[in-house]
Amino acid sequence: MENLKKDHQLTLSVSPHVRSEETTSRIMWSVSAALVPAAVMGAYFFGPKAIFNVALCIIASILSEYLYQKATAKKITVCDGSAFLTGLLLGLNLPPTVPFYIPIVGSAVAVVITKQLFGGLGYNVFNPALIGRAFLLISFPKLMTIWAEPTAAFIKLDAKTTATPLGILKEEGVAKLLELFGDSSNLYLQLLSGHRAGSIGETSAIALLLGAAFLFYRGYITWHIPVSFLGTAGLMAWAFGAKGALFAGDPIVHLLSGGMLLGAFFMATDYVTCPSVKAGQLLFGAGCGFLTMLIRLKGGYPEGVMFAILIMNCFSPLIDRGFKTKVFGAKKEAKK
Amino acid sequence: MALATFKGGIHPPDKKELSKGKAITPARSPKRVVIPLSQHIGAPCKLAVSIGQKVKKGETVGAPEGFVSSPVHSSVAGKVVAIADFPVATGRMVPSVVIENSGTDEWAPLKDNPDYINLSPDELKAKVKDAGIVGMGGAAFPAHVKLSPPKEKPIDVVIINGAECEPYLTADYRLMIERPKDIIEGLKVLMKILGVNKGFVGIENNKPDAIEIMKSAVAGESNIQVCALEVKYPQGAEKMLIKACAGREVPPRALPMDVGVVVQNIGTAIAVYEAARYGKPLIERVVTVTGEGIKEPKNLLVKIGTLVSELIEECGGYSSETAKVISGGPMMGFAVYSTETPVTKGTSGVLVLPESGAFHLDEFGPCIRCGRCIDACPMGLMPSMLSVYSEKGFYEDAKAYNLFDCFECGSCTFVCPSKRPIVQFVRLAKTMVKP
Repeated sequence: MENLKKDHQLTLSVSPHVRSEETTSRIMWSVSAALVPAAVMGAYFFGPKAIFNVALCIIASILSEYLYQKATAKKITVCDGSAFLTGLLLGLNLPPTVPFYIPIVGSAVAVVITKQLFGGLGYNVFNPALIGRAFLLISFPKLMTIWAEPTAAFIKLDAKTTATPLGILKEEGVAKLLELFGDSSNLYLQLLSGHRAGSIGETSAIALLLGAAFLFYRGYITWHIPVSFLGTAGLMAWAFGAKGALFAGDPIVHLLSGGMLLGAFFMATDYVTCPSVKAGQLLFGAGCGFLTMLIRLKGGYPEGVMFAILIMNCFSPLIDRGFKTKVFGAKKEAKK
Repeated sequence: MALATFKGGIHPPDKKELSKGKAITPARSPKRVVIPLSQHIGAPCKLAVSIGQKVKKGETVGAPEGFVSSPVHSSVAGKVVAIADFPVATGRMVPSVVIENSGTDEWAPLKDNPDYINLSPDELKAKVKDAGIVGMGGAAFPAHVKLSPPKEKPIDVVIINGAECEPYLTADYRLMIERPKDIIEGLKVLMKILGVNKGFVGIENNKPDAIEIMKSAVAGESNIQVCALEVKYPQGAEKMLIKACAGREVPPRALPMDVGVVVQNIGTAIAVYEAARYGKPLIERVVTVTGEGIKEPKNLLVKIGTLVSELIEECGGYSSETAKVISGGPMMGFAVYSTETPVTKGTSGVLVLPESGAFHLDEFGPCIRCGRCIDACPMGLMPSMLSVYSEKGFYEDAKAYNLFDCFECGSCTFVCPSKRPIVQFVRLAKTMVKP
């Protein structure tokens, strides 16, 4: 009986006694890792200033969370990766050349107002990074719409400013866009590589798709939101994208430009602020795609991804109510 | 070809390799046994012995009270030395009979009746009832009750549950390898009792040798079919098994008999065979003693009432870092606070986990609404909502999310990245509202 454990040394706990290895922080850090290619491309095209701004967003986000939790005597959770991811996403959504206070203000709004004041991780209604960006866009409209020309800017520090492809599309039409980029195949190529004006992390479609592929592979996102988002947007771009004629628009330009890919794969798929039932996610994604194109084609802004996702965030709880899962064995018509 | 299965479910590491190669061996006969008078779902037994009384192996020590009840028998020959409350695996104190083993192994008379299959269904059912047979997969529901469906619910299918989807456990697997014919005989008795001519044996596909052996055991039995099932927890849950084998969905809150099906476990089938043929009561069962925390995992044939501590000793004792002893499997089993807990009819395994493998519930995070639990739930529920409502005390809201359809398999809790004790929240809510 020597080796028998004394009873009081046994651990008591409720079933199940085994758990998967997945943790919330592993998910957060993995999503952050999936954004690394996009961040690297942003750094390549927009230079040290872009790197500085993204880093500042991350630091400010983590610091805001720490200070808030310290001030309110809450448990410090800055290591769970959530604040890091919020900062990274906000940074990648900023124009490259904003002054230093922009990342700081945006991060504080994102983390403190959007996330912590609503109850912290899991309780926020809106995507924190997007609220941060929306706040900045409305408060500093001028600074938030200065777009640096993509160059290998490590050599040339005073980057010229230019317009984004969507801005050109909105103001001057598709003909001008093609004129600037040569022909449509060159335009697609530049959009894929990211050699265009835009927010730091949104320009390189290849890098974003690479990160998205990693998220699919790890099972962190499913196809439902990205496919319904991009499908609906593509369909609308094709149907209504051209002036004067139906079904003559160019969906590829729309899908590859602006924040479409960054939004569809990395922002709309945020667990906390999207519906959690798959059928509801299809509706949510479709709503995002529809609103994005509505704003792009008919609204005042050249880009609509951010507002589209934020508006659909409001509907997530409602959608979740409407799309309850079917209980095993329940008849379809049997409703209580 | 896609294997039969259900929607949802999880893939925990199965860890069966620890004990699957170990043939069933009889456990050492214990010096004394502790036989709880309630080892089943339903009314506890009425005490049928007194202190100092000599009993033979197989003699009744507790008589059933009411229909949903089941007798208990002595698993040794010896003398009743105490009648007192003892803890069972769930932590509950249950009146129990303590019998000191004389070591003679003298049986109360058994009679071999090789012609048992020609007994009438009612005679066979009476034998099952008298033998104290209950579901041996863990729930321990009296078998004869399942075999007495009301007239308006005709049964046309019997399924033997060989899924053994709980990780680690290999008791049913070993029985399929070692006693396939007896299982089929038990199934035939069940089919005869219910007047059914369609039988299934459902086995998860991680036991290909068991599938082969069972298939050859049913060769020539045109009305019995062996189903290979996808390896997925909880494939052995009644409703999931019925869906996979017979293609029928048991409606919410309904019972298998509502779709004409009776499910019994592998061990139960063998007990039914032994009861029908020899009149042998259920006084022993196969228990897998396993886990990384035990020196020498084994599949033991254990007398009911043997204390868990004796089984652990027989398997070489704990390895250095033992932290947790679980009665049953890791998904639905109970961590025991004392190893002075008897093996009962529903004890399928004793699992000993080391510190590194045992999950501690010290901290959990908020629900991040990732939906993994929704995808994992075999019942199509929304465990995320159940856990959040229950956590905040909104039990009625939890009920509106089909709280009472949860059978607590733990799949949601296994996958939760925030390590929330979802099943426990569900249990809490279930105690706070009426169904």
